[in-house]
Amino acid sequence: MIVTFLNVVIAGLLLGGIYALIAVGLSLQYGVARVFNISHGEFIMLGAFATWMLYTMAGINPLISLVISGPFIFLIGFFLHKTLFRSLLNASPSMNIFESKSMLATFGLLFIIQNIAILIWGADFKGYSYLNVGVNFGGAVFAANRLVTLVYAVIIGTAFYLFLAFTRMGKAIRAAAQDPKTAGLMGVNINQVLALCFGFGAIMAGFAGALLSMCYPIQTTMGLEYTVIAIIVVTLGGMGSIVGSFIGGFILGIIGSIVTTIEPSLYLVVFYFIFSLMLLVRPKGILGK
Amino acid sequence: MRILEGKGVTKYFGGLAAISNVDFHVKKGEAFGLIGPNGAGKTTLFNVISASLTTTSGTIRFKGENITGLKPYKICRMGVARTFQTVKIFPDLPVISNVILGLHFGMSAKISSAEKTQKAAEYLEFVGLSKMIMAPAKDLTLANQKRLEVARALATKPELLMLDELMAGLTHTEVGEAMELVTRIRERGITIIMIEHVMTAIMSVCERIMVLHHGEKIAEGKPKEIATSKEVIEVYLGE
Amino acid sequence: MDIATLKTKQNLITGAILLILLILLATLPLYKPGYSVILLSSILMYVILTVSWVIFSGPTGYISLAPAAFFGVGIYASAIIGKAIPFPVVVLIGGVASFVLALLVGALTLRLRGIYFAVFTFGLVMLISNAMNYYEIHFTGTRGRFVMVIDYNTIYLYMLGIFVLLMIAATIIKRSKYGLALMSIGQEEEAAEHTGVNVVMVKVIIFAISAFFMGAAGSVMATKWTYIDPGIAFNPFYSFMPVLMAIFGGMGQLFGPVIGSAIFTYLEEFLITKFAELYMLIFGAILVVSILYLPDGLVGLIQKLWKRFSERKHANT
Repeated sequence: MIVTFLNVVIAGLLLGGIYALIAVGLSLQYGVARVFNISHGEFIMLGAFATWMLYTMAGINPLISLVISGPFIFLIGFFLHKTLFRSLLNASPSMNIFESKSMLATFGLLFIIQNIAILIWGADFKGYSYLNVGVNFGGAVFAANRLVTLVYAVIIGTAFYLFLAFTRMGKAIRAAAQDPKTAGLMGVNINQVLALCFGFGAIMAGFAGALLSMCYPIQTTMGLEYTVIAIIVVTLGGMGSIVGSFIGGFILGIIGSIVTTIEPSLYLVVFYFIFSLMLLVRPKGILGK
Repeated sequence: MRILEGKGVTKYFGGLAAISNVDFHVKKGEAFGLIGPNGAGKTTLFNVISASLTTTSGTIRFKGENITGLKPYKICRMGVARTFQTVKIFPDLPVISNVILGLHFGMSAKISSAEKTQKAAEYLEFVGLSKMIMAPAKDLTLANQKRLEVARALATKPELLMLDELMAGLTHTEVGEAMELVTRIRERGITIIMIEHVMTAIMSVCERIMVLHHGEKIAEGKPKEIATSKEVIEVYLGE
Repeated sequence: MDIATLKTKQNLITGAILLILLILLATLPLYKPGYSVILLSSILMYVILTVSWVIFSGPTGYISLAPAAFFGVGIYASAIIGKAIPFPVVVLIGGVASFVLALLVGALTLRLRGIYFAVFTFGLVMLISNAMNYYEIHFTGTRGRFVMVIDYNTIYLYMLGIFVLLMIAATIIKRSKYGLALMSIGQEEEAAEHTGVNVVMVKVIIFAISAFFMGAAGSVMATKWTYIDPGIAFNPFYSFMPVLMAIFGGMGQLFGPVIGSAIFTYLEEFLITKFAELYMLIFGAILVVSILYLPDGLVGLIQKLWKRFSERKHANT
């Protein structure tokens, strides 16, 4: 009984790692650049498909291909911000209006990116097998690829946290998140920082997608569901907090795992219930400001 | 009669006390001044009275009734109106519509649409804006926007009007006009609380003044007492 | 002629033109049956979704991404009870179900900042789709449903009826004190609340009213698809199109969304057969471009150009 419960919890952590990464990405984009990117899931999908393509066509190890596909996705996000969102920012008389307009713009992006992907890769499920071997962990067997996913997610998250805390660029980002105007006056190149953050957010999504592709079959329409999950994780953990995203991600991952063992098709309903609860009781999240 | 009374009013933002255990009262019909250095908690106190923010603890009574925890629209309908430090007029609505909104929602008497338009025009004339009733509110000068905010507040038929830095950003002439407006409002029997930094205005208009510093009340009394109080002078000139 | 009489005359002329248009549209099945009726039904569907969306999201700036959810609820109402109950009641129930759902969603999220409302409504489509799927599989034991068939002329007349009711409702709301309240909420919500407006109640009720029409439209259009399942009924595209049409057409006047809807429905009909993914892509791009370069929509742009043109004319005289 305890063993099964432990199984479920650990399975939840494995999924939670991915949830945490996508939440961190979304959090970066909205918390700093103030763009609520509802096409976030499409970047996850791009990461997944890039990894799948590199593996099935060029035999490149998915864990290594992050190095190739990552920068591409980063650049897409970076330039999107420099062009599209920078123009919107200049044209918006207030922050509220910018948030509305940029979110609607990402709604358009959603359909653009998703349909480009469908045109290129079709709408069927794709998948590949990588590290699909069982690893024995004290009596329970877990797929090696999922364990690797968890490890990678934690490494990426920790690395980024350290980056924010200790590097010059990281401090600039945190300053920009708190008060863009003052940060600009202090010599921070705000335009650059915001665009970088948006790029970082995109690359987080790309990483998550790459890891997802290792463990699950993928589809060009997969993005929407992950965007919704990212939204719920961020609401639970608190916008702008990396630690919050991880806490929220793991909580939701575990709850999702529990629900999936009982009744798989209800996990989104349960997530939304938690979402609603948070909005009722503490909208800013566990660690939100 | 005490039209407004606050006991132990406290507001925390995280670990920081913006206002701490403030007791105050305002008598019906008087002009009550609220002063203090920047960050003293004056606007926070307004926000807590008008329910823009919730109190952390303490009670506030309006005409004897406990209004702590009520929603802003209810407090407005009960007879408390305010203006804002950063002028919050409705920029893309015509000037007269700004005021008509107050007539629609802020007062309890039911009057016809034509009467509302007429009354709105009257309020605009009272504050000196009759020449621009159809202009979009955003096209007005700062001084006129402040007048518009006052007209809108008056349209809700308040018994208590809270003015948050009405004179900020005004020229010398405009300050004089604003003071004259405040006097005319008082002639209508409306009690006034004003936050001000323009000392000449507060000292000459208000009958009693309360001084806040770091969220605490450090002095209260007649203008002359406040002007000569050692603590108040220290607080303004630094230790 | 003084201004009052002139205005009355203008109103009468506008009223007469609209009445004639209405009669022409209502009798369309008689003189142009077949494809035109079907096309117009689709146009009306999008017009209803868009205008309903604009009633709330236009003045308040609270972006709802839920039209697809309300539309889908209407579709399912039709599918579930359509065979047993007279059709007008079905349409009403579809509208009421959406109304109630919107009340709940609004009561929960419209107390908070607009971004919470937007993202909650964004995921709502998926949520209801999921919930419906679960219900169908576990309680009714079906995957999808067959919807009863209604002839397309009847569908058209129902849609026309809903459209007329909607335009009347939209005009009444816009001209009433609630229309003013909505705009004040969109421009300075805190000040509106301090001027006596019960902002949460106003938002929730108007949001629910807009959802009613979307649900009613769904109930009628459901009969177009003979077979539905949650994936078909709850399609995010029906949240996207109203937003696109409203932004492209312009949200200031009521006919902006009407024009936007007409254009895009026609384009969709034209492209959907051959270029399914391509047209969605193009529409996405048009949305982005519209947000960037058409801040007041097409109607707003035309109004601006007209103003500049007539100013130049006056300058020359």
